[in-house]
Amino acid sequence: MTQLALVIDLNVCVGCHACVTNCKQWNTSGEAGPLVDENPYGKDPTGTFFNRVQTFEVGEFPHTETVHFPKSCLHCEDPPCVPVCPTGASYKREEDGIVLVDYDKCIGCKYCAWACPYGAREIDEKQKVMKKCTLCVDRIYDESLPEPERKPACVLACPTSARLFGDVHDPESEVSIAIREQGGYPLMPEWGTQPSNHYLPRRKTKMKIHKDELVRVDNPLKKDGHLPKVDENESFLEDSASW
Amino acid sequence: MHPAFSVIFLTTLIGAGQGLFLALMTVQAYADIGALALPEGSYFGTNSMIALALLVAGLIASFFHLGHPERAWRSAAMWRTSWLSREVIALPIFMGLVFVYGLLHYLGYNPNLFGENAPPQGELTYLVGLLGVVAAFALFICTGMIYGCLKFLQEWNTPLTPINYTLFGIASGFTLATALTAWMAPTLVNFYGGWAIAFTVLAFITRSASLIRNQRIKHRSTLATAIGVRHAQIQQKAQGAMGGSFNTREFFHGKTAAFLKSIKWVFLVLVFPVPVLLLALGLQNNSATLLGLAFAIQYVGLLAERWFFFAQAKHPQNLYYQTI
Ligand code: SF4
Ligand code: SF4
Repeated sequence: MTQLALVIDLNVCVGCHACVTNCKQWNTSGEAGPLVDENPYGKDPTGTFFNRVQTFEVGEFPHTETVHFPKSCLHCEDPPCVPVCPTGASYKREEDGIVLVDYDKCIGCKYCAWACPYGAREIDEKQKVMKKCTLCVDRIYDESLPEPERKPACVLACPTSARLFGDVHDPESEVSIAIREQGGYPLMPEWGTQPSNHYLPRRKTKMKIHKDELVRVDNPLKKDGHLPKVDENESFLEDSASW
Repeated sequence: MHPAFSVIFLTTLIGAGQGLFLALMTVQAYADIGALALPEGSYFGTNSMIALALLVAGLIASFFHLGHPERAWRSAAMWRTSWLSREVIALPIFMGLVFVYGLLHYLGYNPNLFGENAPPQGELTYLVGLLGVVAAFALFICTGMIYGCLKFLQEWNTPLTPINYTLFGIASGFTLATALTAWMAPTLVNFYGGWAIAFTVLAFITRSASLIRNQRIKHRSTLATAIGVRHAQIQQKAQGAMGGSFNTREFFHGKTAAFLKSIKWVFLVLVFPVPVLLLALGLQNNSATLLGLAFAIQYVGLLAERWFFFAQAKHPQNLYYQTI
């Protein structure tokens, strides 16, 4: 079984919001109609987004670290938002594990949003239906797009490649390897939702350079002693033609 | 959570309607074993219609909660998994039974289904009423479980939630029955009044238990598990939106802690001691006005109780919005 998901590398995310912008652009232009924006240029702009980037400061000054934290639906393997939906508008796809909302069935009761511990669902105040990340389901299977572009809009937009996309059930996929080898973790594991999206932790990148690495004792040039020597006074043919 | 008035009215109104119906059936059950004299004439018919009116009012209130009320019929689909769906089925079934029950009484059509010599439980109204009792309790459980089943809303995730919904509904229904009966069948007032006081006291015990439980609740999610950074010192610097979002509106009550606390005391006073006192006085002085007042005050108290019930619940998503 396939389970598509995102893996987000907190070590490289710079909090630029490119994923937020591209997500909004793609998903507000799709068949499902716009994602609402209220007062976009007014005092209190608000609207529906599938993806948001938050920023946290960890530690106490001056020993602090800034963590930019992109946040969207985690496409849980055991999604608590699905069984509570009274209409069946919320569902998890068998074939690829994406959790979706059927906007034509949703009655806008918001019960699913209450049942998601992550706050990943946002109602569209204009269409009055529940919306959430679709993993760009209208993009990743679109054969009219060139193969490398069949990825969620956020993944394509990220300038630092902090967002990986793939099948977390395939142990050899890029995302599975990243989770396995870089300590990928799920959010709020205490509720047993088994989020498919994982996060890669901040890492300290340190390099220890030893003296003998700067001046190598076994420097082949020095060792072999065959440095070509040039006689500065030797004259060449072109010397006679220059001044 | 942000308390929605549509849901506050829905749960309090149908609760009182269910309680009123259960009160009627209690009298009929007592009468059938000969412990009470059955009230005359249209007593059951009229009171059933009042219960039905409360249920309809609750149903109308619930529509204000929906973004697409015209699609509400779809919500009966997922009864296998969703308590909300089950409530959507149980409510109209119960309303139908209350209607039939009232109509049969009103028309005086009450044949004994198992023959003339069968015990009185064979009466048609009694059987319809029994089905109604089952539906009323099923509805209480559905309503309570809508909230009780959400395991990470720890304030709600306890058997006390459906128990409180049930007892509050029954208590307010019996109080209403006491007031109505004072006008219609004064001989029964003491019977209802006694039960109303008993259920109010019972509800006080279970609600106090849940208040005490919630006071010492330890939330399992923390900011550290929410973002997966194991550090005791984490401060939020940006929430991802300037003008707020659905997340900042739906999950926060937006009032001060002092306000929350004062609402708690308001409902503790208005739901329990005041109605009990008014009921006792009303019974003693045979005053329908005092009994009516008891119901009105208890109902207002229940609105406050429901508001507090929602406002008190802390959704784990709030961890992502530290500076509301
Ligand atoms: S993150 Fe929330 S909305 Fe997404 S699948 Fe999990 S519970 Fe459902
Ligand atoms: S808001 Fe829509 S998707 Fe969510 S539970 Fe209600 S009907 Fe289902």
